[in-house]
Parts: sequence; C-alpha cells; structure tokens
Amino acid sequence: MDTEILARIQFAFTIAFHYIYPPLSIGLGLIMVFMEGMYLKTGNKQYEVLTRFWLKIFAITFGIGVATGIIMEFEFGTNWSVYSRYVGDIFGSALAAEGLFAFGLESAFLGILLFGWNRVSPKVHFISTIGVFLGSMFSAVWIVVANSWQQTPAGYHIVGEGLNARAEVTDFWAMVFNPSSVDRIIHVWQGAFLAGAFLVLSVHAYYLLNGRYVEISKKAFKIALGLATVISLTQLVSGHSSADGVAKNQPAKLAAMEGHYEESAPADLYLFGWVNDEAQEVTGIKVPGGLSFLVHQDFEEPVTGLNAFPKEDRPGQVNAVFQFYHIMISIGMFLIGLTLYASYLWWRGTLFNKKWLLRIFAFSVLLPQIANQVGWFAAEMGRQPWIVYGHLRTSEGFSQEVSSNQILFSLILFLVVYTILFLLFLYSVNKKIKHGPYDEAKNPDEFLKYV
Amino acid sequence: METFLGIDYPTLWYLVVGLLFSGYAILEGFDYGAGSWHLFFRKDLSRRIAINAIGPLWDANQVWLIIGAGALFAGFPVMYATMLSAMYVPFMLFLMLLVLRSSAIKFRSAEDMLWWRKTWDIIYFVSNTLISFLLGVVLANILQGFELGENYSYKGGMFFSFLNPYAIMVGLTTVSLFMTQGAIFLLLKTEGRLHARLTFLLKKGMIFFIVSFAATSLYTLVFLPGVTDKFKENPVFFIIPVLAFLAVANVPRLVSKKKYAYALIFSSLTMAFLLMLVAFQLYPVLLPSTIDPEYSVTIYNAASSQKSLGIMLTIVAIGSPLLAGYFLFLYKTFHGKVKLDDTSY
Ligand code: HDD
Ligand code: HEM
Ligand code: HEM
Repeated sequence: MDTEILARIQFAFTIAFHYIYPPLSIGLGLIMVFMEGMYLKTGNKQYEVLTRFWLKIFAITFGIGVATGIIMEFEFGTNWSVYSRYVGDIFGSALAAEGLFAFGLESAFLGILLFGWNRVSPKVHFISTIGVFLGSMFSAVWIVVANSWQQTPAGYHIVGEGLNARAEVTDFWAMVFNPSSVDRIIHVWQGAFLAGAFLVLSVHAYYLLNGRYVEISKKAFKIALGLATVISLTQLVSGHSSADGVAKNQPAKLAAMEGHYEESAPADLYLFGWVNDEAQEVTGIKVPGGLSFLVHQDFEEPVTGLNAFPKEDRPGQVNAVFQFYHIMISIGMFLIGLTLYASYLWWRGTLFNKKWLLRIFAFSVLLPQIANQVGWFAAEMGRQPWIVYGHLRTSEGFSQEVSSNQILFSLILFLVVYTILFLLFLYSVNKKIKHGPYDEAKNPDEFLKYV
Repeated sequence: METFLGIDYPTLWYLVVGLLFSGYAILEGFDYGAGSWHLFFRKDLSRRIAINAIGPLWDANQVWLIIGAGALFAGFPVMYATMLSAMYVPFMLFLMLLVLRSSAIKFRSAEDMLWWRKTWDIIYFVSNTLISFLLGVVLANILQGFELGENYSYKGGMFFSFLNPYAIMVGLTTVSLFMTQGAIFLLLKTEGRLHARLTFLLKKGMIFFIVSFAATSLYTLVFLPGVTDKFKENPVFFIIPVLAFLAVANVPRLVSKKKYAYALIFSSLTMAFLLMLVAFQLYPVLLPSTIDPEYSVTIYNAASSQKSLGIMLTIVAIGSPLLAGYFLFLYKTFHGKVKLDDTSY
C-alpha cells in the first residue's frame, strides 16, 4: 500500500481512538460540576458520593484521552509534514492558545481534583472541578477551530509556490470565526455532553435494574436525563445550522451526504438509502425535494449536485459519507424520542417503573459514541480530496520522506498498544461500575466516615 | 522585521521554545528519573510511594511537552515538520513509550496480583528510561545535523541511522542526568527506610552521571567540528559552560550536606545551562544540514509570519502568568512528604 493511504488509515485510526475519550471527559466534567454543586448547595452527602464515584471513572477516561492526544499532536509533523508547513502559520496560534489556556488549566487542576479531597476545602475542590471542565471545553474549541479552518478557510492569504506555498494569517479573528467554526464547536460540545450524560444514564439504569444504590441512582439519573433531553433537542438545531453552512461553503460535501448527483436539480432527503456510485443512483426511503426544502425552504429549488464538480474535485466515497451522515441523524432522532418520552414519564412520576425503558438506557451509552464517530467520518471524508478545502490536496499533504514501511511499523505498534489500552479501559471501568459508589453493607453516610 | 526590545520576533520565539523545553526537561526530568530508579526499590510499598510522589504532578508536568511541541509547530512549522518526519521512527517509539508509561502509572496499583504489579513495574521502568534515552538521542542528532537537501527534504536513513555512537552517549548522559534529578526529588518526598535507600542510590547515580557527562563533553569537543566557534567569536558567552560546570559541581556538594531542595535547584540549573549551551551553539540554525549549510533549517526560514508570531507572543504574554499561577497553586497544595490515602494510585 502506498504512503498516502497508510498515513490516512493511521490518522483516522488514532484520532478516532482519541475521540472515544475526550467527549466522555467533557460530558462527565459537566455532570460532576452539577453533582458537586448540588452537594455544596444542599450539603447532601449523597451528592458527594456520586461525585466521588464519577470522578474515578473520569480519571480513567481523562488519562487515556491525554495519552492518546499527545500522539495526535505529533502526528501532524510525522505524517503530514507538507500540510504542517502549509498550515503552520494558521494552526500555530490556535494550538499555542490551546496548550496555554486549555491544557494548562486542565492538567494543573486535575491533580487537585483527583488527589486533593483531603488537602483542600470543598470550595477549592469545586473550583478545581470547574477548572478542569472549562479546560476540556477550551481544548475542544481550539482544535475544532483549526479543523474548521481547513474545511472553510478564512482570514488568510497564500504566499510562495509549489512545495514552498503556505497560508499566512491576515486576520486572526476572521480565521478563528471562520464560516463553520461556531456551528461546529457547539455541535461538538453537545455531542460530548450527550456522550457523558448517556454514560451516567446507562450505569445508573443498570443499578436501578439490579436494585442497587437505588436512592442515589435516581438522583444521578434525573440530573443526566435533564441534560440529555435539553441537549438532544438543541443538537438538532446546531446540526441543522451546520448543514446549512455545508450547503453554502462545501456544496460537494452536502451533495455526497445526500447522494445528490444531478448538476442542478431539486434534491431529495433520504431517511435511509444505499448509494450506487457507478449508476449515480440512490435507493431508499425519501422525502422528495426535502433537501431543497431544508436548504432553501422551497421543495422545487435546485441544489448543486456532485456532477457540477470535476471528478478529481469531489469526495471519492460517496456511499460512505452518505451512510455515516445518516447513521448520525438517525441516532440523533432516536435520542430525541427516547429522552422526551422518559422526561414525560418523569413528569408523570412513573419514570422508574418501566423496566424495558431502563434496559434501553442501559445500552444507550453506545449511541452518542457512534454518532460522534460517524459525524466526524462524514465531515472528514466529505471534505476529500482536499486536506485544506480548495487549496491543498490530501495527496500532496503527506510526508514525502517517510516510507510506507515506516508507517506500517508504526501502525502495527499503534494497533497493539491501543488494543491493550482499550481492553484495560473496559476492564477498569467495568470493575469500578461493578464495585459501585460505596460498600453496600454500609449506608452512604457511614461510608463517608471511612474515606 | 518587527522587533520587541530590539530583538526580532523569531529570536523571541526561539527563546520561548527554549524556555518551554527547559521547563519540560526539569519537571519531567524528575518524573522520568524517578521512574528509572523504580526497579531499584525492592518493596512494593516503596514502589507505590515513589509513584505517588509524582502522582498529582506528572500530568501537569507533561503539559510542558505539549505546550513546547505546540510552540514549535506554531512558531517554526518548518522545523516541526522536518524534524518529526525525518526522525519518524524514534518519535513513534517515544510516543508509544509515553502511552505505556502513563498506563503503568494509572493501572499498576489497581490490582493486587503479584504478576500484575511486577509487569507494570517493568514497563514503567523501561518506558521511563527509554524515553529519557530517546530525548538525548534526538538532541544529539540535531547537534550533528541531518542530511537535508533542497526544500528541507530528508535524504538520510529510514530506520536506525539515528542510533550512532554519539547519540548513544548523549542518550545515556540524559538518562543519568534525569536519574540524579529524580533521586533528589524523591529524597524530598520520602522518609524512613526508602529515604535511606535513596541516599545510597543517589551516590551511585552521581558517579554514573559524572562519568557519562565527562565522556560526552570530551567526545563533543573532539569529534563535533566547530562546536566552539561561536564561543571564540563571542568570548563573553564562555560564561554559559562555566556556569553549567559550576552547577554540576555544586550538586554533589549540596547532596552530601543533605540540602536536597538546593540540590534540586542546582541540578535543574544544570539542565537549563546545558540546553542554553546547545541553543547558543546552534542559533540561528535550528537543524543543520550536513549536505550544504544553505539547506539548513534556521529560525528565519522556518518561522511563521511576523503577524502570526506577534499574535502568539501576545498569547504567551497573557497565558504564562496564568500558567505560573496554576503551577504554584498545584505545587503548594502537594508540598511535603508523600502520604498514601484513598485517593492515591
Ligand atoms: C485540526 C485538525 C483535525 C481535527 C480536530 C480532526 N481531524 Fe480528522 N483529519 C485531519 C485533521 C483533523 C487531517 C490531518 O487534515 C486529515 C488527515 C488526512 C486528511 O485528509 O485530513 C484528517 C483525516 C481524517 C480521517 C480520514 C479521512 C480520509 O482519509 O478519507 C478521518 C476518518 C478523520 N480525520 C476523523 C476525525 C475524527 C474522528 C476527529 C475527531 C476527533 C477528527 N478527525 C478531528
Ligand atoms: C488532531 C486533533 C487533536 C490533537 C492534536 C489533540 C491533542 C491533544 C493533546 C496533546 C492532549 C493532551 C493534553 C493534556 O495533557 O491535557 C489532548 C487531550 C484532550 N483532547 Fe485532544 N486532540 C485532538 C482532537 C481533539 C478533539 C477533536 C477534541 C474535542 C472535542 C479534543 C479534546 C480533548 C480533551 C477534552 C482532552 C483532555 C483529555 C480528555 O478529556 O480525554 N481533542 N488532545
Ligand atoms: C439530530 C440531527 C443531527 C444533524 C442534522 C446533524 C448534522 C451534522 C452535520 C451537517 C455535520 C457536518 C458538519 C460539517 O461537515 O461541517 C455534522 C457533524 C458532526 N455531528 Fe452531527 N448532526 C445531528 C446529530 C448528531 C448527534 C446526535 C451527534 C452526537 C452525539 C452528532 C455529532 C457530530 C459530530 C461529532 C460531527 C463532526 C464535527 C463537525 O463537523 O461538526 N451529531 N452533524
């Protein structure tokens, strides 16, 4: 296999693996802020038990997030050296800001968060929790800004030619607030909140099903359900707004997302489907003119299709982009239905009576994770063949001096190490969940005397 | 070219990057160094204490690497891209070892089984030691220069050319330097039997350090042509090697007087002076080309635009007091000897 393909596989694999953990940390961070805040406000020890319990799981996701993130930071240089020289001027300030403002905040307060219970006052501890949470929110901002710039470049000019060409910042704020960054940051944050909320929902649903830790589980479940309901609804708003942006700025990507080929014609909206790229046909269930309606509020208005672009300027994997995109949306819709129904029962006061619903929640932890992954795959594969949209091709961006054998070597290393890491992650999270928030022989108040 | 206090932006950024890497060497120096002593402690409890000595700190210390690499990418993208792609194999190994090391810290004490702890202890020891070694190896390779052609294209070997005798020597010296730093740090954090054992180990460590340091210095002077040129041009700067030497000599003296806090300061200064030596020697080159000096990567041809550097210098001016504040608070909170409790690893 050639260097480019291997480099792409390696990048996709390592970033997708990294992206399992940060959303969990961001989401759990927010929930811990709620829990610890409730504890400080009400003085109810049950909230302290909950905070301490989730902190243990947070420690694991955060730790693996950091370890795998460092690899990402170096991989731009090792595997995408031409691209790095090209975008260095732009990414530079975003990454510098990320390091100083976000990672500095996060990591310094992390020590106090994890090891400081017995050393600082509850207030200072709460401030550390907020510090770590805000830090993780910021890290998402800068890295998504950098990625959004390569999707929809702004605030720059190109200097130099050929191998020496590169983009330079002309307007910092235009670069930061490029056309897609705001929508995408919000969408990514929300995806992270959902990932965290559904982990909490799932674990406490599991306890409730088994009749363990009933009282505190109900409290935690309600906190997470409130968050999940609000966010899954607003996720539709930010997602729609993203799609509007894609229609404007990356029409080829939008066309691939819906499998729309005709140069200029009203476009349909598919619920499900399968794209035959050869025949340029989609078979599936559709709303005729639906995409036209979403983009232009008119079922008849034409939308630019893939054939409007030369073959070498449009995404190669149309069906994959289509499927990933539709999986994300189906999951989004399902989560809206699920949380609305559960909230309705909560209002009626019968939330915890329905075993089957709790069972769905126990498994639902996987859904936001999958949606987060396929969302990125759709966004990134839809951007192809460009590494910097409209300027630099992926086939020009990789490190020319690295051989395919070297990448094969590192890819195998990654596969081995990450498999071990993933197993350790599952094992230790599972163990912490099985063990539970406190020793069941004692009641929580008594338990706290021993910690 | 824009300047601030008469210094041009690329040079200022060079100082920023240098400062960040010095911070990394000093702080992670004691973390990695402590890890390189791990198998020399015999009891499980001692090993646990040693890990918890760095427990709340190592993650924050590691941020200096992240910010340092980010700053290199930000300010000198050409250097970042050229060095990492040319040194592909050592950096991949380095990254993988970082992952293993943090897993070892996190998972070692999670189970009681003997085989579990033993395995992680070995992984922890090996990864810390090899990480230190690789850092030295990379530094040596930079000093020796890369086979760079036009457009910063790397023409050198792919897999093992980075491991030459000089690189191995610098690698070992780095390990010994970090081990000294690590032992002194642990002495500040421990008491009783472990403390006594460490005083004994530190003596051996310092012998290892002084021997490898002397050998590497000699080798550098004899075999690396031109390392002294800069100093001949600017004799004032001879002060740097002199200071480095004084700092090195001061460490054993302070250790024998049991003034560990001061010893830690002086072994940190040693690292800072040694890095300054390298930085001064190279400036304004970042990565010498062994094919033709014309093709070298310098702070001028590698730098981001003036505009971008200006923005980043502003970011640093705002961010560094914040960072300093977090670190002071963190180190103040965890000041003193290690006490194991329910939050420990
Ligand atoms: C700031 C930059 C940045 C950020 C935040 C992300 N990516 Fe990305 N991604 C790239 C920068 C990038 C890249 C370096 O530009 C790649 C390498 C090859 C390419 O075309 O773009 C890329 C490729 C790439 C590919 C391969 C596409 C292909 O080769 O067809 C996948 C699947 C992902 N990414 C997935 C993700 C995921 C799951 C992310 C969420 C965390 C993510 N990316 C964030
Ligand atoms: C290629 C892109 C990426 C790079 C280079 C990268 C880099 C890093 C680095 C170096 C760390 C360790 C920082 C530390 O020690 O605190 C890290 C952790 C983290 N990253 Fe990434 N990252 C990338 C993608 C993302 C994305 C897309 C998100 C956002 C949603 C994200 C969110 C985080 C968070 C929240 C952490 C803290 C650890 C955790 O919560 O698991 N990263 N990343
Ligand atoms: C409910 C309906 C949803 C719609 C209409 C929607 C829409 C979109 C669109 C159009 C993009 C591509 C943006 C771009 O390429 O610039 C996107 C990306 C993404 N989506 Fe969604 N989405 C929805 C639900 C979800 C859910 C439930 C999650 C996760 C829990 C999620 C996570 C993501 C992620 C992580 C990305 C990649 C980052 C980005 O490009 O913003 N989405 N979404």
